[in-house]
Amino acid sequence: MPPQTDLLPPSSSAPPPVKHDGDSAVPRIVPVRRTGRWTAAVAVLVLLALALSSVIRNEAFEWDVVVSYFATASVLRGLWLTLWLTAVVMVLGFALGALLAVLRLSGNPVLQAVSWGYVWLFRSTPILVQLLFWFNIGALYPQILGVSTVTLMGPVTIAVVGLTLHEAAYAAEVVRGGILSVERGQVEAAQSLGLGPWRRFRRIVLPQAMRSIVPPAGNMLIGTLKGTSIVSIIAVQDLLYSVQLVYHRTYQVIPLLLVATLWYAGVTSLLSIGQRYVERYYARGTAGAR
Amino acid sequence: MSAPSDAMVEIRSVHKNFGSLEVLRGIDLSVRPGEVTVILGPSGSGKSTLLRTINHLEKVDQGWISVDGTLVGYRRDGNKLYELREREVLRQRTKIGFVFQNFNLFPHLTVVENIIEAPVSALRRPRKEAVEAAEKLLARVGLADKATAYPAQLSGGQQQRVAIARALALEPKLLLFDEPTSALDPELVGEVLDVIKDLAHGGTTMIVVTHEIGFAREVADTVVFMDEGRIVEQGPPADVLDHPTQERTRAFLSKVL
Repeated sequence: MPPQTDLLPPSSSAPPPVKHDGDSAVPRIVPVRRTGRWTAAVAVLVLLALALSSVIRNEAFEWDVVVSYFATASVLRGLWLTLWLTAVVMVLGFALGALLAVLRLSGNPVLQAVSWGYVWLFRSTPILVQLLFWFNIGALYPQILGVSTVTLMGPVTIAVVGLTLHEAAYAAEVVRGGILSVERGQVEAAQSLGLGPWRRFRRIVLPQAMRSIVPPAGNMLIGTLKGTSIVSIIAVQDLLYSVQLVYHRTYQVIPLLLVATLWYAGVTSLLSIGQRYVERYYARGTAGAR
Repeated sequence: MSAPSDAMVEIRSVHKNFGSLEVLRGIDLSVRPGEVTVILGPSGSGKSTLLRTINHLEKVDQGWISVDGTLVGYRRDGNKLYELREREVLRQRTKIGFVFQNFNLFPHLTVVENIIEAPVSALRRPRKEAVEAAEKLLARVGLADKATAYPAQLSGGQQQRVAIARALALEPKLLLFDEPTSALDPELVGEVLDVIKDLAHGGTTMIVVTHEIGFAREVADTVVFMDEGRIVEQGPPADVLDHPTQERTRAFLSKVL
């Protein structure tokens, strides 16, 4: 190896053909040393390692119990209820939300006010209060269409109704924001081509609105999946309630909460990945998308 | 109906207000079939609004407009004009092509999908037939190889040529152009004007709002100069552009020429 006069890699220490000793040489750029950055990174890694080792060595986590309950039938049944409840609430919530958004954007002042009032009502009260209210609806209307309310509205039905009505208020705003994000010229172009109102909405406005709707809708999907755990307070056997049933019997609270935690985190991670692909689909035709 | 039968477009005492602002203050204009009318005028003179009233994108507050012998947006009964339902207005619009300043192509659809959208959904043409027609139109505007591209992959001039092909796909009796080259880089203006000139020589009736005086001189049968919601003067380009009778026209032309 040729003798080096400094610590530069060989390529820069080898004299370039135009190099002179004087000012005419092209000066080399030396980046600033980021000492603080290195120190911070090392400190954080050390803290992380300490935390991790405490988690692994703390026997109270009872990882063996976590493993033994992770895929038991009752936990999986609870997970299944959580998943379908989320799906039903998202689909019905967005269907009702889209209707509310269309009412709000319609030219009819009465329909606009009704839509606004709905969103106001269901956004300004906690979902917990709303759910308890639906749970006790029998006190207000003991019978609905001649059938006893308690028979008609079991805990699962109440969960679907309560969560959907709440979801729709938020979905309405997400959909309305998406529709408003579409340039006015798009509608005018469709009108000047003679496209009818439904065709304009479905073929021109909605696909473009979806670009603005998907990211917040993805947030809501993840929020709803976790939020369904609230139905455990009205004794619906979702994922959380299933592990609660076990730990009320065995007192292994922490490991069973970990079972629920891992399932929630796993499913939401899958959903986040799915959202990326949906966003890419609706970004087609925009610069850089292909 | 009182529209004379020899006019393709008949505009009679049209008024339009935006709130307290009078945008159109009594416009009268006739366009004969096959004629090219170019509307010039400063910003805010009402020329774009006038163009938009012709396909009922803007409703008029007074007066009437007819295209090919049919009232636009209204039905006359005695001395009253009844506003038409949207479905009937949409049917009328399929006979009037409109080209926007900002193209307004549908960004999520490919070029060919943009062009066949209206023929397939508004005129109920079979898709295969519409695609063949679209390919012919694309060849006519010099973009035969861009059928499967998305609008964002095209230059401004190419996008506007697609927008013209899209308007032509309905085989309209009348084409309206709202400042078709104003949003383009200067070097792209020529390719769009060439397509419009080609259509003009082919005998399409058109009304063009533009700032391109050279284009007006070359292509227009009639030049209309508008200011403050009124038509100041109109006539053949040789008269209006070279020997304007009105002071306001002279002042405008001296600034843009």
